[in-house]
Amino acid sequence: MTETTDELPIESHGIEVRDVNKDFGDFQALRDVNLIVPDGSMTALLGPSGSGKSTLLRTIAGLEVPTSGQVFIGGEDQARKPVRTRNVGFVFQHYAAFKHMTVFDNIAFGLKVRKKNRSEIEERVNELIDLVQLTGLAKRYPSQLSGGQRQRMALARALAVEPSVLLLDEPFGALDAKVRKDLRTWLRRLHDEVHVTTIFVTHDQEEAMDIAEQIVVMNGGRIEQTGSATDLYDQPANEFVMGFVGEVNSLGGRLVRPHDTEILPVRSPDSVEVEIDRVVRLGFSGRVEMLTVPDKQEVWAQLTRSELETLNLESGSTAYVRPRPDALTRKDTGALDGTFREVSPDIHRPTYAGPELPV
Amino acid sequence: MTGNGRLSRYGLRFVALSYLSALLLLPIGVALVKTFDQGVGEVITQITKPDAIHALKMSLLTVIIAVPLNTVFGIAAAHVVVRTDFRFKWAINALIDMPFAVSPVVIGLALILVYGTGGWFGADLAAMGIQVIFSTPGIVMAVIFVSLPFVAREVIPVMQEIGTDQETAAETLGAGPWQTFRRITLPAIRWGVTYGIVLTTARALGEFGAVTVVSGNISGETQTLPLYVSQQFETFNSVGAYSASLVLAILALGTLLSMNLLRRREETND
Repeated sequence: MTETTDELPIESHGIEVRDVNKDFGDFQALRDVNLIVPDGSMTALLGPSGSGKSTLLRTIAGLEVPTSGQVFIGGEDQARKPVRTRNVGFVFQHYAAFKHMTVFDNIAFGLKVRKKNRSEIEERVNELIDLVQLTGLAKRYPSQLSGGQRQRMALARALAVEPSVLLLDEPFGALDAKVRKDLRTWLRRLHDEVHVTTIFVTHDQEEAMDIAEQIVVMNGGRIEQTGSATDLYDQPANEFVMGFVGEVNSLGGRLVRPHDTEILPVRSPDSVEVEIDRVVRLGFSGRVEMLTVPDKQEVWAQLTRSELETLNLESGSTAYVRPRPDALTRKDTGALDGTFREVSPDIHRPTYAGPELPV
Repeated sequence: MTGNGRLSRYGLRFVALSYLSALLLLPIGVALVKTFDQGVGEVITQITKPDAIHALKMSLLTVIIAVPLNTVFGIAAAHVVVRTDFRFKWAINALIDMPFAVSPVVIGLALILVYGTGGWFGADLAAMGIQVIFSTPGIVMAVIFVSLPFVAREVIPVMQEIGTDQETAAETLGAGPWQTFRRITLPAIRWGVTYGIVLTTARALGEFGAVTVVSGNISGETQTLPLYVSQQFETFNSVGAYSASLVLAILALGTLLSMNLLRRREETND
């Protein structure tokens, strides 16, 4: 959990969220949320659907009014400040392109609303079109653009008004995997260029770890942990964070990382019996996919080549697994059940693809 | 299978076309031929009669007043129904449809009950020198009443379809409610509005039942074109009736065509 830092001068923070709660009727979307986003940084809100990440983003933007608590942008309390005067750039998952306007007019919208003079608008918009690599497409309509191009246009539109913060709600969620990867690398580079305090929402841990300096893991309306990708991976605050950031096995009621999973040829007091399902050799390392006996839970271990050669495993044979002595483990309380496959399709979990095993 | 499919396809087309021909194309075609029975000169004589011209002016006046009012109301009502949420929304939704459900004659009678000489406000209005029933205000009110739902009914589904994303985006970019409406919402719903206006215009031009009841049907004074047509027909001046009908048809067609032209021009611009 993030500490509330009342003593710090809030001017030094890009965004600060203090004790925010948000209820929708009986449903508590946000519970006691405290968050500091350093000025000019890039932060990811990561969590399964329904974890409150989008609600938090919309609350910062002013699109939702918190039931209690405060939001500061650049040290200024945003309470009672309507969306349009907050000067936030907001990018929607489904682009929210103005369909009846050209790319140029879409990007120029915020400037026109602010009654800037024409030559100023033209200069700024052309600059942004180049920045988001849509050069030559100024006269196109959104319907004539690809998904990735539309999202870059939406980003340019948000940046046109020189927002104090940039908020992106699952910005790449509607794009296919390849475009998504390119676009996020591109967004990171863009951020290094424009340095605007940025928060983006994602349910994809890889996306968050790839480009964010700070990751906020959310679950059930609460912030579970805030930290860098390394912090979250090496020192997860609880089993939810451990499971959501990085890969885990559940071994005898404990969560353990695949690279901390040890395979033994013989039974030991703390081991779990498994049947070897598949051995995958990947150059210098390898992956062993197993099913626990008798309840057929999928478990996998990441081993070096020499370990693999020493063990000499064959599919169908019996082995025993346990966490390595110095392994990071967390109690498995079932907090992760159901969050994986449904929400994070990019997390690799081995699936059993072989013939039906005799019961 | 394919033979059967073809048969049913052509069969369906035949039924649809025959239905349209028998009910629409044939009568209108015959009316058109009948209009020019005695030559173009006679048609011109008929439609330039003072009573005919007065009826035309009356009809146009009702359109000029009723259409803008119902357009503004329709867009506002659509906004309320689609974008807001409150307990008695279903009631508003049902009320918008009422003019569709109630017979125009009943609407006319209801207006007399409220605004006629013996009605609730009739005496007070008469004291102020305002005559509603058997006069222009009554006709305009009747026309507004019967043509009220069209714009709202056309705009509601379009507004639901476009969602709130674009409006929210405009808001985050600093646009106020009016700017958002003018620059984002209105362009997005424009074809719904246009089609609603065309339907409202057609209905306002053609309204007969409610107007008959409230206008008193005084030729040269409170007669709209449909009433004039009916009166000419009843007094055995069939050429006069058909000629005036032709004017009505041209007005309606003109509205439809100008919408289509507008739309086509915009599409080639896109």
